Amino acid sequence: MNYHWNWGIYLEKIKGGEETYLSWLITGLQWTVAVSLCSWIIALVLGFLVGTLRTMPRRGVARLCNAYVELFRNIPLLVQMFLWFFVMPELLPRNLSLWVKQEMPAKEFVTATICLGLFTSARIAEQVRAGIQSLPRGQSYAGLAMGFTLPQTYRYVLLPMAIRIIIPPLTSEFMNVFKNSSVAFAIGVLELTFQARQMQEDSEQGIETYLAVTLLYFVCAFVTNRAMSWIEKRTRVPGLISTAK
Amino acid sequence: MLSQFDFSVFKPSLTFLWTGFLFSGNLTLIAMTGGIVFGTLLAMGRLSSLRPLAVIASAYVNLMRSIPLVMVILWFFLVIPLITGKPIGAERSAIITFTAFEAAYYSEIMRAGIQSVSRGQAMAGYALGMTYWQNMGLVVLPQAFRNMLPILLTQTIILFQDTSLVYAIGAKDLLKAAEIAGKNYNRPMEMYIFVAVIYFVLCFALSTIVKRLHKKIAVVQ
Repeated sequence: MNYHWNWGIYLEKIKGGEETYLSWLITGLQWTVAVSLCSWIIALVLGFLVGTLRTMPRRGVARLCNAYVELFRNIPLLVQMFLWFFVMPELLPRNLSLWVKQEMPAKEFVTATICLGLFTSARIAEQVRAGIQSLPRGQSYAGLAMGFTLPQTYRYVLLPMAIRIIIPPLTSEFMNVFKNSSVAFAIGVLELTFQARQMQEDSEQGIETYLAVTLLYFVCAFVTNRAMSWIEKRTRVPGLISTAK
Repeated sequence: MLSQFDFSVFKPSLTFLWTGFLFSGNLTLIAMTGGIVFGTLLAMGRLSSLRPLAVIASAYVNLMRSIPLVMVILWFFLVIPLITGKPIGAERSAIITFTAFEAAYYSEIMRAGIQSVSRGQAMAGYALGMTYWQNMGLVVLPQAFRNMLPILLTQTIILFQDTSLVYAIGAKDLLKAAEIAGKNYNRPMEMYIFVAVIYFVLCFALSTIVKRLHKKIAVVQ
């Protein structure tokens, strides 16, 4: 293996520019975090909405929401990225389409965030549904018998428990969002993977580049994991949910 | 709007897409077979009483599971030529990468599978004088496989979707073929929609079959 190591590469200037490679990596990290957090918010809102609706007694609504989940789960994320980026603008009304294609600020970022947000929302919806259905039937009967309306039963009885139950799978889903955000490189978001490819080509120090980027992904995963486990501890209902772990 | 789309482009591009699909399909099958074999070995390693083996196996699994697949693909594409001393091409690199990467995910499933087999089964095996490998091969693993079959297949569907990520190193899979065809006929939008429909139909059909299977197996238990 004849590889020319150069651990000082991070502080060197890029070819034909004033920036250092480190500044590329930092930009990448910022975009990765921005895409991941924004799409996580979209995913949580939509995922909880769709997941809750799937457990409603209304058959039609539940079926529509099932279709939503199946649609996003059965197409590869990369293909979805291309659909949102290349095909979606064409389907919009003419004026809006032109605006999206030419003037929309941070086009790549917005597209990637919407795409990843909806993709993740389908997976969260699945877990919310499972969480709600794992509760004993008696819970919702009790709520309704107390005179709560259906929305109130969900708001005060079912969802508070369901959310706590699904925090562990949500944690791994949150970590997945960071991993999946790497796919956004394909539509030109300047996130970590994009920077990794760019820095590798520019500096020809592939191993050092990928090591740094991999490490940054690790840090993202670790921080999300700790944050979620902090939330899990804070929201635990004493005596109700097994204090395993 | 939709009216400006020209969907007649699908027909001439079919043969081209077929070669791309064959690669995606082959990659999925090879990575599934290799992944399940190595994954099972990794799971046995993780559950082994040999401490170093357990540590190494779990470190490997955790490492693979915490890095984005795209990065793993890039890593292998970079590192394999450095080790072997000559470039091996995107396609072969993809096969090695996916086998190694999926092994980590399959191993988690197999670990759960092995743990789902009741203790008495393994003990009975040992009491009958079976060696570790006989016990695993004849008693524990067949049951573990059976219990985990639906989940192994679900993982394979995810694997099939993930193969589209070989885009990062330019291997010619279904998605790449569609993209090239789209460029050749100057109809990229139609080809993206077409390829999305193909993926959806295949994955949806497969996951419906797996769901049925799941119900069937669940009853036997």
